[in-house]
Amino acid sequence: MIATLLIALGQVLVAGAGAPLLVGVVRTLKARLAGRRGPSPWQPYADLRKLLGKEPVVSTTTSWVFRATPYVLVATMLVTALVVPILVARPALGFAGNIILLMYLFMLGTFFLALAGLDSGSAFGGMGSSREVAIAALAEPTIILAVFALALRAETINLGDVVERLAREPLLAANPAHLLAFVAFFIVMLAETGRLPVDNPATHLELTMIHEAMVLEYSGRYLALVEWASAMRLFVFMTLLANLFFPWGVTSLAEPVPLLLGLLALAGKLAVLAAALAVLETTVAKLRLFRVPELLAGSFALALLSVTAVFLVP
Amino acid sequence: MAAAGALAAAAIGLVALVLGLGGVAGSAWTVVVDWLVPLGGLELTLDPLAGLFLVLVGGVALPASFYAAGSAERSARGALAYPVFVASMCVVPLAANTMTFVIAWELMSLASYFLVLHEPEERASVRAAWVYAVMTHAGLACLLAGMLLMGAWTGSLRFADWRAAAPGLGAGARGVVFVLLAAGFAGKAGVIPLHVWLPLAHPAAPSHVSALMSGVMIKLGVYGLLRAGLDWLGAGPAWWGVAVLLAGTVSSVIGVLYALVDNDLKKLLAFSSIENVGIILIGVGAGMLYHGAGLEGLALLALAAALYHTLNHATFKALLFLGAGAVVHATGTRNMEAMGGLIKRMPWTAACFLVGSAAIAALPPLNGFVSEWLTFVALLQNTRIAQPMLNLVFALGVAGLALTSGLAMACFVKAFGITFLALPRGDAAARAHEAPPAMRAAMVALAVVCVALGLGATLVVPALVTVAGALTGDRAPVAVGDWLTLGVSGGFATLSTLAIAVALGAALALPLIALRLAGAARGQRRYETWGCGRMLQTPRMECTATAFADPFRRVFGFFYRPEKRLDITFHPGARYFVQRIEYANPTRSIFDDWLYRPALDALRSVAHRARAIQSGSANVYLAYIFAALLLLLALA
Repeated sequence: MIATLLIALGQVLVAGAGAPLLVGVVRTLKARLAGRRGPSPWQPYADLRKLLGKEPVVSTTTSWVFRATPYVLVATMLVTALVVPILVARPALGFAGNIILLMYLFMLGTFFLALAGLDSGSAFGGMGSSREVAIAALAEPTIILAVFALALRAETINLGDVVERLAREPLLAANPAHLLAFVAFFIVMLAETGRLPVDNPATHLELTMIHEAMVLEYSGRYLALVEWASAMRLFVFMTLLANLFFPWGVTSLAEPVPLLLGLLALAGKLAVLAAALAVLETTVAKLRLFRVPELLAGSFALALLSVTAVFLVP
Repeated sequence: MAAAGALAAAAIGLVALVLGLGGVAGSAWTVVVDWLVPLGGLELTLDPLAGLFLVLVGGVALPASFYAAGSAERSARGALAYPVFVASMCVVPLAANTMTFVIAWELMSLASYFLVLHEPEERASVRAAWVYAVMTHAGLACLLAGMLLMGAWTGSLRFADWRAAAPGLGAGARGVVFVLLAAGFAGKAGVIPLHVWLPLAHPAAPSHVSALMSGVMIKLGVYGLLRAGLDWLGAGPAWWGVAVLLAGTVSSVIGVLYALVDNDLKKLLAFSSIENVGIILIGVGAGMLYHGAGLEGLALLALAAALYHTLNHATFKALLFLGAGAVVHATGTRNMEAMGGLIKRMPWTAACFLVGSAAIAALPPLNGFVSEWLTFVALLQNTRIAQPMLNLVFALGVAGLALTSGLAMACFVKAFGITFLALPRGDAAARAHEAPPAMRAAMVALAVVCVALGLGATLVVPALVTVAGALTGDRAPVAVGDWLTLGVSGGFATLSTLAIAVALGAALALPLIALRLAGAARGQRRYETWGCGRMLQTPRMECTATAFADPFRRVFGFFYRPEKRLDITFHPGARYFVQRIEYANPTRSIFDDWLYRPALDALRSVAHRARAIQSGSANVYLAYIFAALLLLLALA
């Protein structure tokens, strides 16, 4: 019981404390690739601290929904940190609803953030909300199908079982269906976390922004919470990608040494994925908003192919 | 007068609720009154499935009737039709022979027809009622044909006899009866493409009636489909299940697509009912397929998921319609473009509507999430049927359900956000007032049921599995678990909404406490929204309902086929001065354009041709009668 609680706390700490570093690392790498020195990878922590110290300004137009949303966002991300296998294959809330719960928790956050965007009454907020929910809605079927393809291979939808099964039988992963599902999931990850080529996290240009438009009215501690939650979103999605498709190092034992090794393995895998993301974001341009559905439809087709491959090639 | 009718309906609802709960718990009885109804007499039987639908009728009729009694409207219209409507909906699931069923069914349709015709002076209201009458009677014709054929082939009009005789019928005969019955029931359930009456009729009725029509009446179509496809006709071939599953997938995706672009709050909710019936039918279709394949545990799971969603949709859709009614009452319009900012003037209604929106968007830990979770879990185990084509059908169902849930989330961000948040877009919305206490109480009660059905999943699912088992005769352990965790299909998946709720609560409190301990700045300054330096924030700068749905209108343009109408009136002196700009961006319905319009045109042209034989002379008609007589004699 105490071990479970400690591991739960550990997962939340790793996700909560590691998320800003992940964002910082991606930023630094992107700056280096573009030939700039860029900020230190620890910069997001300093940003959060600065924001927490500032007095927030809240629009007179808004209601309690606007003020509650940052807390709801953080809460959903903290709960996902208890569902996703970050350090151990079977985290504390692993039993609470499996992979489907995870998708709906992400939707819970999007739902409230989109409402907050509308609540400010500015043209930007509403525009951002409308675009964000459109992309989230189109990404949803791909996530479910990609995970479904994995679940079919491992014959379970329990994330812990998928991880353990794939770790035990690496040959299961040596399969075209697995690769298709990985690519589909990667594209969806870009869309769901607001990265290039879907959304540009570094811009505040009115007509192109999506996520930044929604959170434009936030300031002070509210903005800090929103930024922290979106960093955790990136962290959780990347961890899912890393641990579901490459489950090396994720332990089933609650002992210090395997846990430490798991943490190191996770750091290594995330570093590789962060580098891939940085390279991708430096080499591709942002897509026009109405070309994004084509990208998502492509990833959906990949996921569907992956599922079909499982049926046809047992 | 109207209040008396509402109270009578509330009493009927209470009786139905008690009887229904008894039926779900296992009490069974039969009442036969031979002299009351021709051709077999009145025969009512309570079994678990009938009990569940009685609970549905009673559970929605009770709050809806209190809401009606408490609303400020004092017109006598519908004072009789409303209790008759509720009572006939109670009889439909109990009916045990054809005549009882058909009479109750028709009474339900007629009573709701009069309720839809709420404003006989309005053209739109008359048209809605007319389309409703035509569609519901076309459905009744299908039902009667199917039931009479079944009666002729089995020699009895009692449903119990059909059950016994069905396995002896040929596959072709059963197929014909199934198609006829399914068409009739699907029309009532609002399955696409038989849905055209629903978005017209539901908004036209008063809101408590809309709540009953969307929450309960269309579910009786689902009830009929369950009876026909699993009980009266026994287990069918695979194509029955495939047809139901695909119809459900199509209905859910197309229903929510229409809901997304509609700016009429009640019409949006009506379209979303089509979507939810689709989700229910996905579960029903999967259940029929598993049942046919002999996978008893999975069949029970899929049917329990469908029944759970039936229960859930009744609660949250009734809640949303009552909330919409309060909003329409306060603002005098159903057009969302004239609303906004109501959360400050109607805090209770807004909070209840938010619970309903979150529940229908299937957000954890509310009830919509539980039933969609169960449906997904049931669909995802389809590899236990080893037929690649069927597996593909299931995969389509999974993808359709996932797309639907994403779009439904977007749809209810729009429904709540545009209606209740930001600044009021019209004078009426700025002067809106909160609903009276009885209406608020009804909404709060339904919101509490939404939360309870979400958190009490471990109690509800086993009960629904028992109901499904009584329907199909399957016996297999499906749900195991304790008070905290629900495990289905032998540990294939586990769910604990209680744990999710506790974790979310703790995670909400954590940053609050941590920020306080860390000594972060506490106060906040109120200032107007940043607007690029302009002088004034007005509602015209807000995102409109049309603009919110614009990305969807573009992405699914092949389906909506939107038109752009831009009307600019220039100053007569110089074209540089614009006096007025009118912009409209309507979407078209492919079902009207490609299905109903050609069908009606064909009907009209046939009728036109048939006029040739109508001379108006009595002698010619006598000659026709004589010729028909000769023909019949020759044939005999």
